[in-house]
Amino acid sequence: MSTLIPTTDRWLREARLAGDATLRTEEMVLNIGPQHPATHGVLRVVVTLDGEKIVEGTPVVGYMHRGHEKLFEQRDFRQITNLCSRMDWLSGLNNEIPASIAVERLMELEVPRRATYLRVIMAEINRILNHLMFTGSFGLELGATTPVMYAFRERELLQSAMELATGGRLHFGFIRPGGLKEDVPRGFVDLALRGIRQLQKAIPDYEDLLMGNEIFKARTVGVGVLDPDLALEYGVSGPILRGSGIPYDVRKAEPYLNYDEFDFNIPVGTNGDSFDRYWVLIQEMKESAKIVEQALLDLPAGSHIGQVPKRLTIPKGAIWAKAENPLGELGYYIVSDGEAKPYRMKARTPSFNNISVVPHMLRGAYVPDMVAILGSMFFVVGDIDR
Amino acid sequence: MADALGNGYVQLGLKMSVLLILLPATLVLGWVELKIGAHMQARLGPMYPGGFHGWAQTLADGIKFVLKENIIPRNADRSVFALVPYVTMLGAALIFVVIPAGRNLVIEDLEVGVFYVLAASSVGVIGILMAGWSSANKYSLMGALRAAAQLIAYELPLVLAAAAVAMMAGSLSLVDIVEAQKSIEIAGFYIPFLPFQIVGFIIFLTAATAELTRPPFDMPVAEAELITGAFTEYTGIRFAFSLFAAEYISMIGLAAFGATLFLGGYAPPHSALEFIPGIVWLLLKTLTILFLLIWVRWTYPRLREDQLQKFAWKFLIPLSLVNIFATGALKLTPWI
Repeated sequence: MSTLIPTTDRWLREARLAGDATLRTEEMVLNIGPQHPATHGVLRVVVTLDGEKIVEGTPVVGYMHRGHEKLFEQRDFRQITNLCSRMDWLSGLNNEIPASIAVERLMELEVPRRATYLRVIMAEINRILNHLMFTGSFGLELGATTPVMYAFRERELLQSAMELATGGRLHFGFIRPGGLKEDVPRGFVDLALRGIRQLQKAIPDYEDLLMGNEIFKARTVGVGVLDPDLALEYGVSGPILRGSGIPYDVRKAEPYLNYDEFDFNIPVGTNGDSFDRYWVLIQEMKESAKIVEQALLDLPAGSHIGQVPKRLTIPKGAIWAKAENPLGELGYYIVSDGEAKPYRMKARTPSFNNISVVPHMLRGAYVPDMVAILGSMFFVVGDIDR
Repeated sequence: MADALGNGYVQLGLKMSVLLILLPATLVLGWVELKIGAHMQARLGPMYPGGFHGWAQTLADGIKFVLKENIIPRNADRSVFALVPYVTMLGAALIFVVIPAGRNLVIEDLEVGVFYVLAASSVGVIGILMAGWSSANKYSLMGALRAAAQLIAYELPLVLAAAAVAMMAGSLSLVDIVEAQKSIEIAGFYIPFLPFQIVGFIIFLTAATAELTRPPFDMPVAEAELITGAFTEYTGIRFAFSLFAAEYISMIGLAAFGATLFLGGYAPPHSALEFIPGIVWLLLKTLTILFLLIWVRWTYPRLREDQLQKFAWKFLIPLSLVNIFATGALKLTPWI
């Protein structure tokens, strides 16, 4: 009945006959995913193992391909911003922003100052929500079940603030070319401020709970080191690139919206290991909280949307617009042939590039390290496959 | 009392009752762990089943497990696969045979009690190894091999920590060990071995956690990477028995063992409290150790297997040897 116990194998019989105590060992191919807790989503990683050591690990993507780029071609520009938020479902609002910026630049639309401020506020709140999720789930992958619960506690107030304004908790659909869908309701500023204050109070707890923990350090320091040159070659961006010590952030490098008016820093790691990437994430939450606080406190009055024609027909041309998504650089290349729908719209999503560098990091790591590496690469499968 | 215990039927009844108590005890402990864990994580935990704070949650879980389909993979080694729950549970349940709940309230006061508990508690790992090998699953195999490696690393510090206590008491019998702790008395207060064996106690707790494959040493069952390791292919009641029941029974067993060795077992803290039955004190002390185990579980991330081996061989074993040496030196002083 048993086929796993290879008593019929020739090599074993021969080894027994010869009285030879040394057994032949061989590499084992282990198929991790697409349904596996470490890959949170439907990423598949095929690893070749020598004992517990990974000889070769290859991510296989495409299990969640939904043909977004083709769908864009069938949509009006107002619908496109909504569709974008389905790509990286953890940071829907951040996906919408560059799409509408592209349209605004092509049509030369004026965005009111209040709308710009609110976009910044919501984008940063969304960034915090995303980062909280990843800091929590990273702990979960290393076996610490508590950080994720704390993270969800802090998410709740900010999530409610977003819900109050947009009506959505995941897919906000709040950005329109030229401004916002509507103005924020009364109470939004207070609720968002309360959420930010609670977060600022809670962040030291996260730092103590994991970053001060010897086991956490043992599992992450020096694990999954990403060489900065390699990162640049693969087009890695976002917290992962900054964890490797390269201070590239679209918000500073090529400011969009009005990020240049706020005071914030770009946290940069030193070693490029899992610990540094996690550290960058925590620090970025602090910086985002700072931005939200500044923006909320001098939120200008005015209209939430500029002069936008009823029918969005975009002049012939092409444009590349990018923004700093929580996970990295997100860009859209839109080619318009002068109609209501784009002729072609390409999305450059951060997770796709970030995950391509993983084989280099997996080589020579142990199986538990794989979890630490994948967990600190902060990817969303919908963002890889879109 | 001693005469009644001599009666064969009473003895048989006692022995049966231990086994009958164990399964409900796992349900209670499971619920306690859910609640403690939830409150540590700013949650409420189960609130609905049964009414009061979801007391029937684990019972409902148990019923669900019974009703689930029992799947045996086609390539599995059927007989070994089916035997696993019995082996893991047996090893865990055997510990209770020698744990004394009173001066005479013990199923068998074995001369080699300490040795017996340590031997019985490691039988469970054979069950894990059987599960991993018979499931015909790569994840299970890796989990089983990790469990075996872990056993070798952690059995030694556990034995050495217990050995230091046996040196203190001058006996391997658990009843004698408790009586030895009762003999250290200051103004009516019984002083357990804990203050003299604080290092040994910490080593014991660490090694017991590893032996139970609980976080932070739960690499053999690591959900995030091996998907409950050796028990990936188990379903239904087999899963519940081989994973949950075995884990909780051996948790209670090792905690009771630790309470007996270090906290004075059934001995009350003060001679004036002798009227309260010993089983109450044993239960209280066992629960204290259980709480420590649960606390650690909900706080720490998981170590890596090689890091655990390094920690065991390079730190814990030398430390427990030093502890034994210190205990020997202590025995030479006139106070003990």
